[in-house]
Amino acid sequence: MAEFRLPINSIIKSGKQYKASTNAKNIKTFIVYRYDPTSGENPRTDSFEIDTDNCGPMVLDALLKIKDEIDASLTLRRSCREGICGSCSMNIDGRNTLACTKAIADINGDITIYPLPHQPVIKDLVSDLSHFYAQYASIKPWMKTNTPASPNKERLQSKQEHAKLDGLYECILCACCSTSCPSYWWNSDRYLGPATLLNAYRWISDSRDEATNERLDALEDSFKLYRCHTIMNCAEACPKDLNPAQAIIKIKQLLVKRKF
Amino acid sequence: MKSLRFLGTKKVKSFADATHHFWRQRLTALALIPLTLWFCFNIALLPSTNYAAIIEWLQSPFNALMMILVVFLSFWHLHLGLQVIIEDYMAHSSYRLVAILSIKLISYFMMLLSVYLILKIALAGT
Repeated sequence: MAEFRLPINSIIKSGKQYKASTNAKNIKTFIVYRYDPTSGENPRTDSFEIDTDNCGPMVLDALLKIKDEIDASLTLRRSCREGICGSCSMNIDGRNTLACTKAIADINGDITIYPLPHQPVIKDLVSDLSHFYAQYASIKPWMKTNTPASPNKERLQSKQEHAKLDGLYECILCACCSTSCPSYWWNSDRYLGPATLLNAYRWISDSRDEATNERLDALEDSFKLYRCHTIMNCAEACPKDLNPAQAIIKIKQLLVKRKF
Repeated sequence: MKSLRFLGTKKVKSFADATHHFWRQRLTALALIPLTLWFCFNIALLPSTNYAAIIEWLQSPFNALMMILVVFLSFWHLHLGLQVIIEDYMAHSSYRLVAILSIKLISYFMMLLSVYLILKIALAGT
């Protein structure tokens, strides 16, 4: 059966508390998940009081402030700090999103920060996404053609043809959607998950790609594709406002259409 | 790539066509909307619901035919739907196989039994 409870050594205990200085006026408490698999200890949540008058506006700013000024051992991924690299995806205030585009002011009360759900944790907020990336690679996310390339020009695409990729090509593979999907939690060993399927549909809809049938063959599977039950957590979680559930429905429609 | 235990389900003939499964589930669901409404209204509109009244109602050829459709599609939809739930939540592959096969056998048995009983009432009167 699916496992609904955490194993004993994964149960989260409460950890250290760091108070803000006494002259801080606007204090926000960040409750951050901490875990180091090499220590042999259970995960814990540390709480950090931050003076928001003295900190950037986004959750990532606060995390970096904690790392720089309070506890340098806090581990997280970040790179572009403007929502285009997808590195700082994590679970903030109960929702998967990017720390760099989530404003501190948008969250009422204490801010809880956990790594992406249902993934192995490497350390603190860094989860192991190798399986997720392997699934992405399995759909062959590049243009496949049979016709020979012209020696003197690129494969062209009209504006209308390119418009079909809108809402698909913007995916930054942050894994917020896949790791918010209950179907992916239970069956991620075989179910490809929303991010990978959205990207599969991105190549299926590309006017220049000539492997549509091959791609549909590869997806026609009760586990790889049909574990999607249109729960819509993916669309809710996506920090780029994309709709993977809709892309999956369109793949299903194409598969049905192909039967007749 | 090795971390992918399977890239999907192995194409065994009886489990192969995932799209057919999906499509049949949708079609039976759609067909059951009017059929279930018809069934509920007809039972609610019966003047009395004693044994004799129900038997008499079922003896009409139209009602008998519709009832055969209702039970046939219900059990069909039932086992398609339960299969999805079992695939979702039963991680152990051999338990899963046994559960799916049992659901199928029970559904087919109930389907045949119900159709037989409806025909028996419609044609033989008891």
